[in-house]
Amino acid sequence: MALLQISEPGMSAAPHQHRLAVGIDLGTTNSLVATVKSGSAVCLPDAEGRMLLPSVVHYGRDGLLVGHAAQARQNEDPANTIVSVKRFMGRGVHDIGELATPYRFVDEPGMLKLVTRAGVKSPVEVSADILATLKARAEASLGGELVGAVVTVPAYFDDAQRQATKDAAKLAGLNVLRLLNEPTAAAIAYGLDNGAEGTYVVYDLGGGTFDVSILELSRGVFEVRATSGDAQLGGDDFDHRLYCWVLEQAGLRGPNAHDQRLLLTRAREAKEALTDHDSTRITAVLSDGQVIDQELSAHDFQQLTAHLVQKTLLPVKKALRDAKLTAADIKGVVLVGGATRMPHVRRAVAELFGQQPLTNLDPDKVVALGAAMQANVLAGNKGDDDWLLLDVIPLSLGLETMGGLVEKVIPRNSTIPTARAQEFTTFKDGQTAMAIHVLQGERELVSDCRSLARFELRGIPAMVAGAARIRVTFQVDADGLLSVSAREQSTGIEASIAVKPSYGLSDEEVARMLQESMQHAQDDMQQRKLGEARVEAESLLNALDVALASDGELIAAEEQARIRTSMAELRALCAADNADAIRLAAEALNQASSDFAARRMDAAVRRGLAGHNIAEL
Amino acid sequence: MQFDFNQTYFTLFGMQQGFAIDTRELDQRYRDLQALWHPDRFASSDDTARRLSLQASTFVNEAWQTLKSPLARARYLLRLNGIDTQEDTNTAMPMDFLMQQMEWREAIAEAKSSRHLDELERLGAELREEIAALEQLLGGQLDVSQWDAASTSVRKLRFLEKLDQEIGDAIEAVMF
Repeated sequence: MALLQISEPGMSAAPHQHRLAVGIDLGTTNSLVATVKSGSAVCLPDAEGRMLLPSVVHYGRDGLLVGHAAQARQNEDPANTIVSVKRFMGRGVHDIGELATPYRFVDEPGMLKLVTRAGVKSPVEVSADILATLKARAEASLGGELVGAVVTVPAYFDDAQRQATKDAAKLAGLNVLRLLNEPTAAAIAYGLDNGAEGTYVVYDLGGGTFDVSILELSRGVFEVRATSGDAQLGGDDFDHRLYCWVLEQAGLRGPNAHDQRLLLTRAREAKEALTDHDSTRITAVLSDGQVIDQELSAHDFQQLTAHLVQKTLLPVKKALRDAKLTAADIKGVVLVGGATRMPHVRRAVAELFGQQPLTNLDPDKVVALGAAMQANVLAGNKGDDDWLLLDVIPLSLGLETMGGLVEKVIPRNSTIPTARAQEFTTFKDGQTAMAIHVLQGERELVSDCRSLARFELRGIPAMVAGAARIRVTFQVDADGLLSVSAREQSTGIEASIAVKPSYGLSDEEVARMLQESMQHAQDDMQQRKLGEARVEAESLLNALDVALASDGELIAAEEQARIRTSMAELRALCAADNADAIRLAAEALNQASSDFAARRMDAAVRRGLAGHNIAEL
Repeated sequence: MQFDFNQTYFTLFGMQQGFAIDTRELDQRYRDLQALWHPDRFASSDDTARRLSLQASTFVNEAWQTLKSPLARARYLLRLNGIDTQEDTNTAMPMDFLMQQMEWREAIAEAKSSRHLDELERLGAELREEIAALEQLLGGQLDVSQWDAASTSVRKLRFLEKLDQEIGDAIEAVMF
């Protein structure tokens, strides 16, 4: 007799059932989706077998395109083809600086927006289009709905950028199991594959962001000791420097959007070519017919961009200092991100650490693979091996105090989740409200840090100055996301408020946007139905106009009048937006004119017998 | 699933209450506790369990950070014994200590303005020696319940750690 199986309390009733979860690397240049299949992490290809999805979204006349198809439109329609949108996440127009872009920005409080053919889009919405494409790819490939996803972010992303990424994932309909720092994801994939123990550095130079993390790996624990970086530095900047060089060489000034895009593409291709070749040519035909043809050696390219490589070494040294370590303490350096393929980047890293960096995992895929492993564990598919991630917050959090200064409340590189409370008091008699301004950054002045949220604590009981005690609590969760609450606690009366950073969208806003996009889908369907009904009605009206003009004498005057009334009714309805009403009226007109149609048929047959061609009807 | 938020950090880590601790053991127990309570362990649980895990994991991190740092650990021990270290209110420090502070500050400012990185590193190393000596003194005072003397040492140590921070900032300012 078979024994009844009873699962442990808290365990899934069907422990062998695999819950579908994915890791998504939402990159500046390319994005990937990966999952764990029968114990090992693999990237999921699209229908054509391609793993990398270019992070490009095209808002075209013929609808939305994402990935390769969107990239193909980049040169012909740069303004409606959004590339490197990750650089705009959680950023205002003033943050973008002199980066050459063909876009029209709208400076909204919190985050800029982009003007496209499909309307004004926030970077969150553009990113959601990329994520939705990856979600669809994964569901098609895995044959089921996803339980959740781990989405990676640069370790150096601040709260606004993290919040924006999470919002984008929610908007794409993903259940976010965790936001995971990219270098940490890479460390999981690398560490588990190699059984690594000791202190490792992950040097991650992506398309638009640079991260460095120092991790201690020991018996299944990945402990981040320090992290640093530059959220506005990446392979894009090497392209841009090269692009500026091309302009200088050709004596060009302020090229149009099309030429700008074309030359940036050529610059990127040249950069990639110089990884394996000593020299390359940059050739292009500009929109005014001017021909660009320039020779570039690897040596010159490295000279041109040496300052960018140097710029990555400062955060590395900073992270080492924060971890209280020196280069000699580092057991291995893992290279992540496509931009680490550049030979002079590798050389600089090797020189700093006195050892060759590790590149045995594909620098493009390692982040997605690590994210997939973490997603698998978080979704509850526990394997034999289990591990623990202890990550940190990259930038200090603080509050504005008197004189525009920032008082740090949580220092950078604190292990998360973490919370810290700070007490404040009123400085005027009878003061009942207090403004609280939350900032992130290392600098002393408010104006040098990023403003995350401002809120007012109201309802403080009126007391003499200094008597009220307001306790402000910062809580940073395991995603590195901050929530702030404040409460007055010297009396029984409590005033408490929880805020989300002003850059983020509230859950209600996300819900509204989701509903709107579903509404749009419905609107689109309605619109199509209406269009079809109008086209059919118009062809019927045209045919009857012609028929009445040529064969009107076949029917009595009152029947003709009835048909014309019915036609007028249909014309009026065509001007309105009700597809069903148009269909009904067209049907009625068909009926009303059926007798006329029969008579015409008879007449035509007679004419046909008289030697006329049937096609003349 | 239960977590006692009222227990002392020493109880949490299963350690005897006192200034002297085995940091290796502390780190190991810390990892064991996070392995139990970290939010990653509850990613697929219900809201209540997830909230509890967030709070418990936060508590474990706070406890670890407190016990790891000698200054924070001493301050915490004094608080457990009902002693307020009066770091914000009691600014009366011995004259010779204040003089020494001024000298440190001048030396740091001078090395910083002349962008003398080696000198800053040397000052840092010297300061860390002084901090270690003071920590040892503090440990002895706490062991024999000399609360007043220990409070004074905590206030001194705070000054020294601030200096250490300043040296770090100066080094960064020169380096970057």
